[in-house]
Amino acid sequence: MTQGTPIPTRLVTDLGKDELAPRRRFGRRQIVGIVFGSIGIGLLGGIAPAITSETRAFAFEPPPDPLSLQFNPKTIVIVIGIVYLITAALSFLPAKYDRWSLIGQIVATALGIPLILAISLALSAAPETNVINLLDQSLILATPIALGAMTGLWCERSGIINIGIEGMMLGAAGVGFMTYAIMGAASSPGWLWIAILVAILAGGLLATLHAVLSIRYQINQIVSGVVINLFALGLTGFIRSEVIVPSGSSKGVPTADIALPILSKIPIIGDTLFTGRPLHFLMYLVVFLTWLVMFRTAWGLRVRSCGEKPHAAETLGINVIKIRYQAVILGGFIAGLAGAWFSMEAQAGFEDNMTNAAGFIALAAMIFGKWTPWGAFAGALLFGFARALGSRLQFLDVSIGDFGIPSEFFQMLPFLVTMIVVAGALGRAVAPAAEGQPYTPSK
Amino acid sequence: MTVVDGPVPVLDVRGVTKTFPGVIANEDIDLTLNQGEIHCLLGENGAGKSTLVNVIFGLYKPDKGTVKVRGEEVKFAGVGEAIEHGIGMVHQHFQLIPVFTVAENVILGDELTNGPFLSMNEARRRIRELEEQYGLIVDPDAKVGDLSVGEQQRVELVKALFREADILILDEPTAVLTPGEVDDFFAVVRSLVDQGKSIIFITHKLREVLAVADRITVLRNGRIAGTADPATATQQSLANLMVGRDVVFQVDKGEAHPGEVALRVEDLSVEDERSVMTVNGFSAEVRAGEIFGIAGVEGNGQRELVEAITGMRRKAGGTVEILGHNATKLTPRKIAELGTAHIPEDRNKHGLVGSYSVADNMVLNKYSQAPFARRWVRNTSAVHDEAEELVEQFDIRTPSVDVPIDTLSGGNQQKVIVARELTGDVDLLIVAQPTRGLDVGSIEYIHQQIIDRRDRGAAVLLVSAELDEILSLSDRIGVLYRGRLVGVFDGADATREELGYLMATGSTPDTEEVAS
Ligand SMILES: Nc1ncnc2c1ncn2[C@@H]1O[C@H](COP(=O)(O)OP(=O)(O)OP(=O)(O)O)[C@@H](O)[C@H]1O
Ligand SMILES: [Mg+2]
Repeated sequence: MTQGTPIPTRLVTDLGKDELAPRRRFGRRQIVGIVFGSIGIGLLGGIAPAITSETRAFAFEPPPDPLSLQFNPKTIVIVIGIVYLITAALSFLPAKYDRWSLIGQIVATALGIPLILAISLALSAAPETNVINLLDQSLILATPIALGAMTGLWCERSGIINIGIEGMMLGAAGVGFMTYAIMGAASSPGWLWIAILVAILAGGLLATLHAVLSIRYQINQIVSGVVINLFALGLTGFIRSEVIVPSGSSKGVPTADIALPILSKIPIIGDTLFTGRPLHFLMYLVVFLTWLVMFRTAWGLRVRSCGEKPHAAETLGINVIKIRYQAVILGGFIAGLAGAWFSMEAQAGFEDNMTNAAGFIALAAMIFGKWTPWGAFAGALLFGFARALGSRLQFLDVSIGDFGIPSEFFQMLPFLVTMIVVAGALGRAVAPAAEGQPYTPSK
Repeated sequence: MTVVDGPVPVLDVRGVTKTFPGVIANEDIDLTLNQGEIHCLLGENGAGKSTLVNVIFGLYKPDKGTVKVRGEEVKFAGVGEAIEHGIGMVHQHFQLIPVFTVAENVILGDELTNGPFLSMNEARRRIRELEEQYGLIVDPDAKVGDLSVGEQQRVELVKALFREADILILDEPTAVLTPGEVDDFFAVVRSLVDQGKSIIFITHKLREVLAVADRITVLRNGRIAGTADPATATQQSLANLMVGRDVVFQVDKGEAHPGEVALRVEDLSVEDERSVMTVNGFSAEVRAGEIFGIAGVEGNGQRELVEAITGMRRKAGGTVEILGHNATKLTPRKIAELGTAHIPEDRNKHGLVGSYSVADNMVLNKYSQAPFARRWVRNTSAVHDEAEELVEQFDIRTPSVDVPIDTLSGGNQQKVIVARELTGDVDLLIVAQPTRGLDVGSIEYIHQQIIDRRDRGAAVLLVSAELDEILSLSDRIGVLYRGRLVGVFDGADATREELGYLMATGSTPDTEEVAS
C-alpha cells in the first residue's frame, strides 16, 4: 500500500464538446490588419487634407487626345483610406470569418498601386500619366526576373539551391553577344537567333557546372552558386574587353518588334501590350510550360519528389541523381534565355555586370511566389512594376512644396508593400523540404 | 531424380551477406517464402532484419549470395527492377512525401498518363478499386502530411499493391499503430493472403507473430538463429531464441514508497497546431518514488501534455510545478536543469540529431557541463568515454560511437536516448512511448531501469499507448480522455477491461447511467 495522502481513485468528470473549438489568437493576420489600419488613418488624417483637389487623369492611349480617366486624387485617397480601415476591422473578426479578412487584405494590397499612382500624380506638375504604357514597361522589365525565377524553381524544386542564377544570366548574355559580334553582326540578321541559341546553351553549360559541383562532388550549394557568379563576372569581363571590343561591333541590332496576331488588334491595349519583342513573349510561354510540366506531367512529379524526400523517390525506383541533373540543366537553359534578353533584346550590346542583380531579384520573386510558377510570375510582375514606376516618377518630377521627392523613395514603396504582404497576408512560405541537402544513393 | 515436390517458393534467398563499414549486418542468410504464406522475421534491434529485406528489395546490393524470385535468379540494379518482379515493401520509416496527395504518392515512379499528362482521374479510380478489393480505406485527394500514422500505413500498402506486388515485405508495420489500428491492419493482411499474396512480416510483438505467422525465422547478430513453428512456439520460447537467454516478461516490481510531490500540474490547457485545446483542464500530482502512468487512446492530448510539461510547447492556461519550482514559463533547458529527464515520443524530431555521432547524441542534454566542456571548450575525450560506457551498459549495437546516429537500426537509436536520459541525477522522469520499436530483451532492460529510478526516489510520469506497459509498470494509472483525466486507478487493482472502457468512452458504465 502506498503512503502519504490518500490516492483519489475513480474520479470521473465529463467534458463538453464546445471546449474543443479553435480559438482566435493574435497572429500575423492581425498585425497586418494593424499596419493597414495605421496607413488608413495616415491617409485620411494626414495625406487627404494636404493633397490637391484638382483633377488628374490616367491616360490609356498616346497623345494627342487620349482616352483618359479623370479623377480627383483627394477622393481616391479618402476612399482607399476607408477601405484600409475596413480591412483592419475585418482582421479582428472571429476565426470563422478568416476568409473575409484575407480577401480584404488582398484587395487592400492591390489598391496600393492606384494609391501610389494617385498620390504621386497629385504631387507632380504633370496632370496625367499613361498607365497602359506603365503596365507595358512593367511587363518588359519583368521578363528576366520571371525567367530567372523559373530557373530557380526548376533547381530548387529538385532539391538544389541555386544562387548562381545571376551568373548564369550574365555568362549567357556575354557569350551570346560575343557570338553575335564576331560571327555575324554585319552579315545576316539570322545570326542574332543563332547567338540567342548560343546564349541558351551557355546558360545550360554553367548550370551543368553547378550540377556537377553540387550533385556529384556535394560541395555546399551556396558556395557553388557563388563560384558560378564570380566565374561569370570574370569571364564576361574578359570577353568584353578582349573579344567584343576588338571585334569592332560592340553595338548591334536587337530583336525586332512583332505584333501578335488578333491580340494586337484589341483597342486601347492591343497596340501597346501585344506588340513587342519576341523573347518577352517567349517568357510567358516559359512560365506556362514550367507550370504545365512541373505539375501535370510524370517527370514534373518526379522532380518535385526529389526536392521533398529523395530517399522516398529512390524506394520507388526513381534515379534521384539523374532527375536533379536534368532539372538543374533545364533551369540553366532558361537562365540563358534571360541572358539573351539582356544583351540581344533590351539592347544589342554587352556591358559589364549588365544583369544588375536581376538574378537575385528573381530568387526573391520565386520565394514571394512560394515556389510556384504563377506565384513567382506575380512576384516578377511586382518587381517589374517597381522598376518601371521608379523610372516613370523621375520624369513626373514629384515634389512636396519645394522639396523634390527622390524617385528612389517611390521605387522603394512597392517593395515595402511586398514585405508587408509576404510577412502577413500570404503566411509563411515553405521551401522544398530536401532543398540544399546532398543526396547519396543507397548501396 | 527425386525432387521434393513441394510448392516452388516465390522467393528464395541463399547465403546473403551484407556488410557496412565496421558491421556485418547479414551473414550467410537463407530464407524462403512460399506462395500465400506469412513468414515472420524476428530479431533483436540491429539483428539485420531491415538490411535483409532491403537487399531483397534491391535497395542494398548484397556482398555475397543469391536471390531467386519464382525460381529465376535476379540481380537487381535498383529498386525499379524489384518492383517489376512484383516485390513491394512497406518501410520501417515511412517513405511518403508529406506535401503530396495520397494519389500523387501512390503513382509516383509508376505514373499513369494520358498522352504526356498525368491522369489523376485514372489514379483515383485505381485507388478506389484497391480500396474495395482489400478494404484499404484512403482518400486519394487528402494530403499525406495531414493523415494519421495508421492512414499513412495504408497509403504505403496501397502504393505496393498499385504496382501489383504479390510479394509484400512489411517492416515493423505495427510499431506505431494504436491497438485499434492494429486490428484493422491485420484484417487487411488476411485479405491480402486470401487473395494469394505472400508476405514477409517483421515485428517485435510476439503476440502478433503467434497470431498470424505461418512460419517464423529468427535472426541474431546478422545470422539465422533458428526457425520456429507457430503451432508449438510460445512467446517465451521465441524471446529466448531472439535474445539467446531467458527473458522475463513479468517485471519484478516492489512496493512504491511515495514521498514529496515532484510534479504538480494544475488546470493545464494546451493548444495543438490547429489551435484546438487538446489538453483541457488537466490536473495531476506525481510523487517522488512512484510511477504515474497515463493511459489513453492516442490523440487525446498525450503529445501536447508532455510537450507542455517539458517546456517545449506554450501553455494556454494553468500551472506546472516541478520539484518545488514554478515551471510554467521555464524553457526546456531550465526544466532539464531542475533535474528532469525526458524521453520524447518522436525520437527523430525531438530526441536525436541524425547527422551527429552517437557520442554527441549521448551528451545532448549535458554537453555544456563539466566534464564534457570546460567553459566554452568541449572535452571530446570525456564525451567519447561516457558514450562508450553507455553503449556497453545499454547493449547498443553500433560499430563505434563515432558513426552518425542515423546509420543505427531504429531500436538502437531509441536505446541511445534512453541511455542518455537515464544517467545522471534524475528526480523527475517523463517518458513517452519508451519502448516503441524495441525488442523484448531491450524492453525488459528499460523497464527495469525505469523501476530502478523509481526505487532510487525519482518521480516517473509514463505515457504509453501500450496498455500492457502501463499496467505492468504503473503504481497509479490515470486515464486521459479529450485532454483531461477522467479517472485515476490504483495500479495494483486496475484491469484491462476497466481501463479500456474508460479510454474509449470517457466514462465508467455506472456513471453513464447517472448522466442519461
Ligand atoms: N546504411 C547503413 N550504414 C551503416 N550501417 C548500417 C546501415 N544500415 C544498417 N546498418 C547497421 O546494420 C545493422 C543491422 O541494422 P538493421 O537496420 O538491419 O537492424 P534491424 O534488425 O532492422 O533492427 P530494428 O529492429 O532496430 O529495426 C545495425 O548494426 C546497423 O547499425
Ligand atoms: Mg529495422
